[in-house]
Amino acid sequence: MSTTLTKPEMSAHGEWVSEPLRRDVGAELPDWYQQIQADSWHNFLETPEPVRKDENWRFADLKKIRFERINPVGSLNEQGSFVERFRSNRVDSAIGHCLFANGHLIESDFSQLPDDVIACEINEALANHSELVKEHFMQDPARLGSQKFAALHGASTLCGVFIHVPKNVVIDGVIEIHHVNSGENTGIFPHTLIVAEANSKVSVFENFETAGKGDSPITVGMVDLDARDGGKIQYASFQNNGPNARHMQINASRVGRDSAVKNCFVNLGSMWVRNEAVSRMMEPGADSQMFSANLANGTEEYDQRTLQLHEAQHTTSDLLYKNALYDDARTIFSGLIQVGKGAHHTDSYQTCRNMLGSDTAEANAMPGLEIDADQVKCSHGSTSGPISEEEIFYLMARGIPAERARRMISLGFLNEVIQRLEGDDVKEFIFGKVEAKFRAI
Amino acid sequence: MSLKIDNLHASVEDIEILKGLTLEIPKGEVHAIMGPNGSGKSTLSKVIAGHEDYEVTEGSVTIDGEDILEMEIDERSRAGLFLAFQYPHEVPGVSNANFIRAALQSRLPDGEEIDAVAYYKDLYAKMDELEMDRKFTGRSVNEGFSGGEKKRNEILQMMMLEPKYCIMDETDSGLDIDALRVVAKGVNAMRSPDRGFLVITHYQRLLDYIVPDVVHVLYDGKIVKSGEKDLALELEEKGYDWVKTELAAA
Ligand SMILES: Nc1ncnc2c1ncn2[C@@H]1O[C@H](COP(=O)(O)OP(=O)(O)O)[C@@H](O)[C@H]1O
Ligand SMILES: [Mg+2]
Repeated sequence: MSTTLTKPEMSAHGEWVSEPLRRDVGAELPDWYQQIQADSWHNFLETPEPVRKDENWRFADLKKIRFERINPVGSLNEQGSFVERFRSNRVDSAIGHCLFANGHLIESDFSQLPDDVIACEINEALANHSELVKEHFMQDPARLGSQKFAALHGASTLCGVFIHVPKNVVIDGVIEIHHVNSGENTGIFPHTLIVAEANSKVSVFENFETAGKGDSPITVGMVDLDARDGGKIQYASFQNNGPNARHMQINASRVGRDSAVKNCFVNLGSMWVRNEAVSRMMEPGADSQMFSANLANGTEEYDQRTLQLHEAQHTTSDLLYKNALYDDARTIFSGLIQVGKGAHHTDSYQTCRNMLGSDTAEANAMPGLEIDADQVKCSHGSTSGPISEEEIFYLMARGIPAERARRMISLGFLNEVIQRLEGDDVKEFIFGKVEAKFRAI
Repeated sequence: MSLKIDNLHASVEDIEILKGLTLEIPKGEVHAIMGPNGSGKSTLSKVIAGHEDYEVTEGSVTIDGEDILEMEIDERSRAGLFLAFQYPHEVPGVSNANFIRAALQSRLPDGEEIDAVAYYKDLYAKMDELEMDRKFTGRSVNEGFSGGEKKRNEILQMMMLEPKYCIMDETDSGLDIDALRVVAKGVNAMRSPDRGFLVITHYQRLLDYIVPDVVHVLYDGKIVKSGEKDLALELEEKGYDWVKTELAAA
């Protein structure tokens, strides 16, 4: 059952929210940031709502984002239950963690991180590391269709984490950011900002869930990943919200000389998801890996828009998005590789694979490629189809019953993406959740 | 006690490929089938395994008296039948160890779990026998394996599942002589009074290493000649045309 709160003709922009969704965060926010908030609010009011004839919203079911209202989060009670919930549902060996409930910081522990690493709540970072945050914060404007949402994000009170890893510091293990959200149409605005300086390395795992099945948070998250001079970042987002949630993430990677960024989205829940990812390979040696594993069922719609921007010579990128679809689920993948003028010796790949588990599921794929350089190796493509009968036959010929065979193959299909991540604990956590959702389908 | 194929007729897309094939493999024996390309060797093995592309129009297949044509694909396997494929399929994202484990698990009653420690011990021992690197446990089933590695992996599964009747479809193709020796050693170690083998091959060479009790010649969907192991040598020497001319003369 869909619970869209539809007013068929919502036109006047700004009706979703009548004023910026802000609250006191108990920190002195710098002027430059307050200016961004004010400008963003202005932009939000000025930017029209998405329309379907916009190429960036092609195939999207816009009814899913005709918000009647986005509500502010209330004050928080029952904090204890969130903490308990988090403890029983986390990656085993995280070296640092941070827990938010409806955007409120519930607890954090970054004490095990190397001393010179900065890791703190984003508002705290805005107050205490203003100049450093300013240098990296929202440096790349949203450009794949979600400008209005990005503006709303910029205007609102954020939650999230700032991580700055200085030169030559390699962090072993994963930093975990956990969000538990609840309420009716509550607006949540997570912002994760990760900076890896020269030859440093960091891995971050961000986990989204709803408190109850009936909760319907509207998350508009943004992630800035900035790696330079041999810095390495892995960022994995795992979304396992309840069926009424709507979830949006706009990720921007800036990859510098000899640096590497991995950006991964895994989606299991929410009635509507939009993942936008832009990777800019800005200097020679930059490498970007973008991948995504999604298991959509019911009437879920997952909308994926990507851009691989090769701006310098000798850069590489690889994108692999996989969707397993069941029931009446829909996915939309639209990806573009853009090899800029003079970005010679680019290696760039883009693949979207869809596995259709029902006749009524719908997978749309729009791969794209624009090349304005020489000595370029690029490929892009997409495939859609049911589970291979030959694979099922092979498993059954070993005694595995049909249902179990299908599940193993589908799980394997998504596991191929999960295995591209680093960190056994993260992989195991995600694999276990994906397996559990398959079992429930 | 035998794998018994009686007057088997099978078609694919309404074209008859098996045209009344009769064959009995008693437990404890190794039978070889030789035949030219396209004679129906792989069709026979897939029909027995239960592939849905093939329609059985007449005849029967039983193991130890039990009709297997009525069984689902997975039931046939659990009943003790094993087919080592000529072209084993790749299963991306499913590790070899998990795959074999799931196959073994499917043989246990509900609620009973495989002992993981014992399982890995057994798996590694058998991989050592087949001179397979440990890395193959973690890799996706057959994905990126060379032809020879895929064949070894089929035999590994056969050794782990301990079937009653083993059908090996051109296991020798893609194997160099050293690999062939290793694989044959594994198969020979499995020979027992409780197990029957049907070894399908195009070349006689394999039968130097896995010595058969009986050799059959398959031609145009039927067994046209059976004999002792020397028949394989004679066939190798005279070529399949010899069978053709003999048939024409008869
Ligand atoms: N799935 C199929 N669809 C169409 N034709 C098939 C199929 N499988 C086998 N055949 C045909 O059946 C004949 C026997 O093939 P096969 O059993 O593979 O021969 P062999 O293994 O002896 O080389 C061939 O003519 C082949 O083209
Ligand atoms: Mg064949």
